[in-house]
Amino acid sequence: MTLTTMPNLNDRDEIYARIIETHQGLTDAESQALNARLVLILVNHIGDEAVVAEALALARGDSG
Amino acid sequence: MGKRQREVDAVAYEYRRYPFVPPPGLFASEERHPVIVVGAGPVGLAAALDLAGHGIPSVVLDDNDLVSVGSRAICWSKRTLEILDRLGVGTACVEKGVTWKIGRTYHRDTEVFSFDLLPEEGHKMPAFVNLQQYYVEEYLIAAAEASDLVDLRFKNRVTAAEPGNEHVRVSVETPDGSYWLDASFLVACDGARSPIRAMLGLEFEGLLFEERFLIADIEMAGDFPPERRFWFEPTFHFGQSALLHKQPDNIYRIDLQLGWDADPETENHLDRIRPRIEKVVGHGEFNIDWHSVYTFQCRRLERFVHGRVIFAGDSAHLVSPFGARGGNGGIQDVNALGWRLAAVVRGNAPLALLGHYDAERTYGADENILSSTRSTRFMSPTNGAERWFRDAVLALAERTEFARPMINSGRLSVPCVYPLEAPDAEILPTVSRPGAVAPDAPQGTGWLVDSLGGEVRLLALGEAGEGVGVPVLRPKFNDAIRSRYLGEAGEAWYLIRPDQVVAARWTAYDAAAIAHETARLWEG
Repeated sequence: MTLTTMPNLNDRDEIYARIIETHQGLTDAESQALNARLVLILVNHIGDEAVVAEALALARGDSG
Repeated sequence: MGKRQREVDAVAYEYRRYPFVPPPGLFASEERHPVIVVGAGPVGLAAALDLAGHGIPSVVLDDNDLVSVGSRAICWSKRTLEILDRLGVGTACVEKGVTWKIGRTYHRDTEVFSFDLLPEEGHKMPAFVNLQQYYVEEYLIAAAEASDLVDLRFKNRVTAAEPGNEHVRVSVETPDGSYWLDASFLVACDGARSPIRAMLGLEFEGLLFEERFLIADIEMAGDFPPERRFWFEPTFHFGQSALLHKQPDNIYRIDLQLGWDADPETENHLDRIRPRIEKVVGHGEFNIDWHSVYTFQCRRLERFVHGRVIFAGDSAHLVSPFGARGGNGGIQDVNALGWRLAAVVRGNAPLALLGHYDAERTYGADENILSSTRSTRFMSPTNGAERWFRDAVLALAERTEFARPMINSGRLSVPCVYPLEAPDAEILPTVSRPGAVAPDAPQGTGWLVDSLGGEVRLLALGEAGEGVGVPVLRPKFNDAIRSRYLGEAGEAWYLIRPDQVVAARWTAYDAAAIAHETARLWEG
């Protein structure tokens, strides 16, 4: 399995709005902590170290 | 409008004043009219013409005697064009307008996302036509003046409204004096600052965005493609966003985000605007035709129907301009209202039928407001997480596919699908499900859309159909009809409302069910 980089969401505007809404009312530090927790939760859900490694590289800007 | 004329270089459109004709009410009291429409903008004029199409006369009152000052609404959607076509001005709009369907989005100077709003063939009307609001009004006024059922009165300003249980009374001021007018219904299409809404003391709830935008029309000889172009953080307008649309007569619409701290008084002068636009187009060879600095609001009335006063268009709901959902939403209000109001006026349906107009169009307004709010927030994110995510989407879009469609520079107006509880067959195509607008298809040298609308139809894609008392339409079979109406099914029957919305559909002919659903269209 490799990282999915093609669009994969049915209602991307709704998901995006939900992410923003989850941060509502938080300080920057609280938001950063929330993002860290969210990354860990999603990484565990993915459960594939190779995929996570690809995602980390893409996020960091070392590939693609 | 009634506002002072702002400084401009030149105005491309030749305005003419429509004549004030002293109305009969100045000399003797007029009989009660079935319907008064307040406001002769696109929505009010369309409302009067739609009612006329259903045989209902109306009086249209407007405080002005000019078409729209400035281009204002310019992007007319496929759905709106279909409705305007039924009202007799669709061809004029398409012929004069700039047809487009491609939108391109740039981050800095790189294109990061593009969309095609009508990728398939087989529709009479294009995805979008850009046309200045003053042209649309001009064509609608000509159609209204040609109709015996529309009594269009310029320079007739409503100064008071007295809603009653059985009728509405309004006081009207004209250059020759004032008079009272009485009607069974009043349709308020009097715009964002609706005086009727204020006279009824109605709350207008929602969000005001503090972000300021400069809107300008410029006239220049140029060869920009007929596409919508949107920039996030362009090098020519640092850190903000910009939108460019092509209109007829060599007019281009430019929207520039100015930031929340911009001062509208300072910014709204040619000496400030001109250098900003020179940076956008790369030269100074243009005339500024119209400009305005604005903030916008996303709000709506809680209810659009208040007894015998009905709100439609901007008087009922406001959105940001990104998505072309203001004017188009208003025309769709009219489309949902006309056939119902006509039936109520005739006494063929109870007053409560108008409750469905309210339910459907508040639903549509909510969808437009949600879409427009999300676009606005993507364009002007608040500091902190909202900005981090927005910037992350833009950064990722330059190197990976999935982030591109997440870029939100406006989701352009498509008709909402009304949440109807109605007979349906899952095997049939999603595009023509109950609540959706019946999709167009070619029919020989004509179009399916031309044979729908105005009254209830049974679209029969099978042997039976006659005998229910509903006019039957038997389309010629072709690929578009099969893919949009049959899918995997062998035959189908579609009950289609006068507003071209699919009311119900079946894969097995059931005369009793069709009759039942037809009767339900006129129930409160």
